[in-house]
Amino acid sequence: MSATVAVFKRELRSYFGTPLAYVFLVIFLVVTLYSTFYPMQGMGLGVGFFQARDASLRTMFSLFPAMFAFLGPAAAMRMWAEERRSGTVELLLTLPVTIRQAVLAKFVAGWVFLGIGLLLTTSMVWTVSWLGDPDTGPIWSGYIGAFLLAGAFLAIGSFFSALSKNQLIALLLGLVASALLILAGSPAAVRFLDSQSWAPHFLSDLVESLSVVDNYEGMQLGMIEPRAFLFPIVVMSGFVAATVVMLNETKAR
Amino acid sequence: MIKVDRITKRFGSIVAVDGVEFEVQRGEVLGFLGPNGAGKSTTMKILTCFLEPDSGTATVAGHDILRDPVGVRRQIGYVPENAPLYGDMTVASFLKFVGSVRGMSSGSIRGAIDRVVEQCALSGVVQQTIETLSKGYKRRVGLAQALLHDPDVLILDEPTDGLDPNQKHHVREMIRGMGAEKCIVISTHILEEVDAVCSRAIIIGRGRLLADGKPDELKARGGGRLDVYFRKVTTDGEAA
Repeated sequence: MSATVAVFKRELRSYFGTPLAYVFLVIFLVVTLYSTFYPMQGMGLGVGFFQARDASLRTMFSLFPAMFAFLGPAAAMRMWAEERRSGTVELLLTLPVTIRQAVLAKFVAGWVFLGIGLLLTTSMVWTVSWLGDPDTGPIWSGYIGAFLLAGAFLAIGSFFSALSKNQLIALLLGLVASALLILAGSPAAVRFLDSQSWAPHFLSDLVESLSVVDNYEGMQLGMIEPRAFLFPIVVMSGFVAATVVMLNETKAR
Repeated sequence: MIKVDRITKRFGSIVAVDGVEFEVQRGEVLGFLGPNGAGKSTTMKILTCFLEPDSGTATVAGHDILRDPVGVRRQIGYVPENAPLYGDMTVASFLKFVGSVRGMSSGSIRGAIDRVVEQCALSGVVQQTIETLSKGYKRRVGLAQALLHDPDVLILDEPTDGLDPNQKHHVREMIRGMGAEKCIVISTHILEEVDAVCSRAIIIGRGRLLADGKPDELKARGGGRLDVYFRKVTTDGEAA
């Protein structure tokens, strides 16, 4: 246990040891908060915070899936790629720590890092509470859902970081995989599958159910469905386990 | 303290280690010789449980590498090839990290850091970031990391590679000094190193064990010269 904690601490500290982490956090906060007030037209994000005249965080929450689809792989790209490139993976994995503990410790450190980013958006909670009388239920469930989502995208990123020694390739593959999850349930994708004669109906249903956006939408509204919770948890644990398997293959290369 | 039982490791079609077996006792400094690509590093990676053998096993200080890899790693101090380190950390925080992964209490870590800093002559650079250090210092940090928990078994993969003659001398002195109470395996392709530090030497080539004996015995077989014997056993197989 102490070994896992030590690896976790080192990893979390290493996030803040480089300016990159601050750059990512600032970009995340600026884009998220700016778009909350001035959403880009044509992205289907609805109207801005003031136009909506609604003391809720729905505008901001609707941005989170796309934001974390980017931030997750970005926060994870260094995780294993750098250890393997510099050879420290051999040092780490010959200390008395198992590969599972090491993968888990680094994953949780990245998750905490993203959680800090999420925590910094709570300025919006104060804003709406000051302007009106928001319903706290959807705020809680929206934040819990966002944190789970962040973990799922981080896990995807960590898998690709174990796959490639090159951080940039790890990032790009992670982004592609995350984008697929985001786009799976988009109206365009579902409509396309429905229009194809070869595609059975259950296929478009299946693809639609893989949508993180749809699953998250309910949580923003305060609906706590087991499915919506389970989906990111399944993605997360699946990819963390896959990271262990992948790293076992790639650690010595 | 180390007992290697016919380990074999393949990478694709290449057989890196082919049924190697040997034993090392406490008080021995075993030189692990062989041309590049002979399987020295692979054998060391198996002994430190970084890689699993395809067949065969080994025990280190009573722990089996397959059944209790974490137990093995606790007993071992290991300096991998090129001594990789976390460049973004200071020497002190890096050693502290290694100590806490090894489950040492913060009090004993402090004492241990003082000891290895003294032993490896690092006192001037303790608060420096590792990536700013010279190669010689980096090597010594790698060695300090391996000695932190005062292990009974030391496995050093080319520990003097890339050091200047003075630093080589210093590292060899250290190894010789510890040789009496520990069990040390050191890989090298520098033959004079064998004379300088080893009490016994093993030659491997193309994954096979080719010779095992005291440096003087091996020398005698080469007519008084280790390099002659080394060339003879490591090129024999290629001719055949």
